[in-house]
Amino acid sequence: MDLSPPPSRDRPGESLKEAFGRALVRLGKTYPNFVVLDSDVAGVSGTHHFRRAFGDRFYQCGIAEQNMVSLAAGMSAVGLPVLVSTYAVYCLRSLEQVRQSVAYPHRNVKIVASHSGLDVGPDGASTQCVEDLAAFRAIPGMVVLSPADPHEVAQATEAILKYPGPVYMRTGQSSARSIMPPDQAFTIGRATVLRDGRDATLVACGTMVAKALDAAESLVDQGLDVRVVNMATIKPIDQTCLLTCARETGCFITAEDHNVFAGLGGAVAEVLAQHMPCPLEMIGVDDTFGESGEPEELAEKYGLTEAAIVAAVLRAVARKRR
Amino acid sequence: MSVTPVATASEQRRMALHVRRLLLAMIYHAGSGYPGGALSATDILVHLYSQCLATTAEAMAEPDRPRFVLSKGHACAALYAVAALKGLLPLDALTSFRKINGTLQGHPHVKTTPFVEASTGSLGQGFSVAVGMAVGYRHHHYRNPIFAMLGDGELQEGQVWEAAMLAGHYQLDRLCVFIDYNKLQRGDLNQNIIGLEPLLEKWRAFGWQALNVDGHDFEQLEMGVNLFMRTAGVPTVLVAHTIKGKGVRYMEGVAKWHGSVCLSSSNLRQALLDLNTDEAEIPAFLDGSVFAGEAG
Repeated sequence: MDLSPPPSRDRPGESLKEAFGRALVRLGKTYPNFVVLDSDVAGVSGTHHFRRAFGDRFYQCGIAEQNMVSLAAGMSAVGLPVLVSTYAVYCLRSLEQVRQSVAYPHRNVKIVASHSGLDVGPDGASTQCVEDLAAFRAIPGMVVLSPADPHEVAQATEAILKYPGPVYMRTGQSSARSIMPPDQAFTIGRATVLRDGRDATLVACGTMVAKALDAAESLVDQGLDVRVVNMATIKPIDQTCLLTCARETGCFITAEDHNVFAGLGGAVAEVLAQHMPCPLEMIGVDDTFGESGEPEELAEKYGLTEAAIVAAVLRAVARKRR
Repeated sequence: MSVTPVATASEQRRMALHVRRLLLAMIYHAGSGYPGGALSATDILVHLYSQCLATTAEAMAEPDRPRFVLSKGHACAALYAVAALKGLLPLDALTSFRKINGTLQGHPHVKTTPFVEASTGSLGQGFSVAVGMAVGYRHHHYRNPIFAMLGDGELQEGQVWEAAMLAGHYQLDRLCVFIDYNKLQRGDLNQNIIGLEPLLEKWRAFGWQALNVDGHDFEQLEMGVNLFMRTAGVPTVLVAHTIKGKGVRYMEGVAKWHGSVCLSSSNLRQALLDLNTDEAEIPAFLDGSVFAGEAG
């Protein structure tokens, strides 16, 4: 019996947090200096793989995220690159520590969030962080990433270890199917055009990229040729790519598992409004808290589906033609 | 370990007197600042930079140097004045305190002020950073100490106790923390805001060696640090009993001088008189007329 999961859209691959944890083990050998801090979530954030492989580089900080983040800044100050891992919502709890202890002195600390958005599922609104991209994007000098598939998470993990400054990166809890071309290189600040098209540009991040691809595929039947961009770096956003897409397609749809305010959609809107105004529709959580439920049920109820994206594309294209 | 040549208690007393004059002149010149907590912290800072910390450029560049974090960052006027007298800053840099384009920010910042080890000001965080440095030193097998100073009001921050719990758990015996226990915070006495006692027992319960010292007595400060240096297996906290506004009679024990206050020329003149300042000791960047009572 073959138990290996084939990379088809019916059989999703591993979760982004699992991909992150496995990448850490591989990178731990290549980069012998960095350490990992945990607030007792290792088993569910992916870092347990690193703990098993590099126990002397793994520091347990207990359930105290604020101390953990400032502690990371202190370890970084004495020459250790530090990777901190916890749920997105607890990253939010230590937002001011990230601001003051990490970002202001530009410490080499990476904050990696394992559970974010409605994708968290049954734990409900208390854990479903839909504010992190907005909050961390607002901190001066902070890099903010939300990779889309296991391969890209692994590449992004290496990229942030090479980058000598503060980074916030989302992984994810649900299984995520493979969508990035295996030979695709990852560069912080550079978007990837996954599908070309002339009628509209769909910009997505994280787990919404797969849904954006599906939406673009289904729009072919309606005679629409939709470009799909994986915007894995929310900050600094790839302005060159956005402006090229604006010139060539004339309208945009953003899709993110995040509050519709001030996340990816907000970042795209800032660029377009200043440099090349054009119709923009935003798919995201409509300024509300989530609730318990399976991720697919929540996506359905809160409008984060392929169908919702399709409808938004049709609205954007109609506005462009007006 | 290469540190400043050890200074006698009387040399430290003399230096502390001049630090107090300088920091008040800086706050006057800046038009705002936090004199009360800077004056209470002065003697501890003078002691650390005289006896315990690196103060030459060469020693400051060592990755395993003894380090200090001023977690009560608002008291940085005292830190900057000590640094200037120890040669870590040019004296004329003190005029840039709290000024636009200045090197001396209103709270310590590593990017603008090279000898500063941590950007502080948000209470509780500097202590965690110092604990992180101590964990990092252990990781590197460095033996030199990490020092930090916290305010008493700062102990109301929950993060302080998260860090204290971790430091006790990890038995960080190269970590020594001073509490500048002047009993006053911005609004009132600690005990009228949120009481801190029994303080020694709280720290001990978190796995620390804790003892009281007189924060204005250099012999006691030295004894405390010596005990810390000899202690293995637990971090040390020195609860330093101090007087807010120490050295300036009208400020001593008065919460309103916590700041951020604007000192008038007559405030400064009276303070300098209390600090036995004569003409020769007036900081060069001040208009001498302040002392003569003519400036506005």
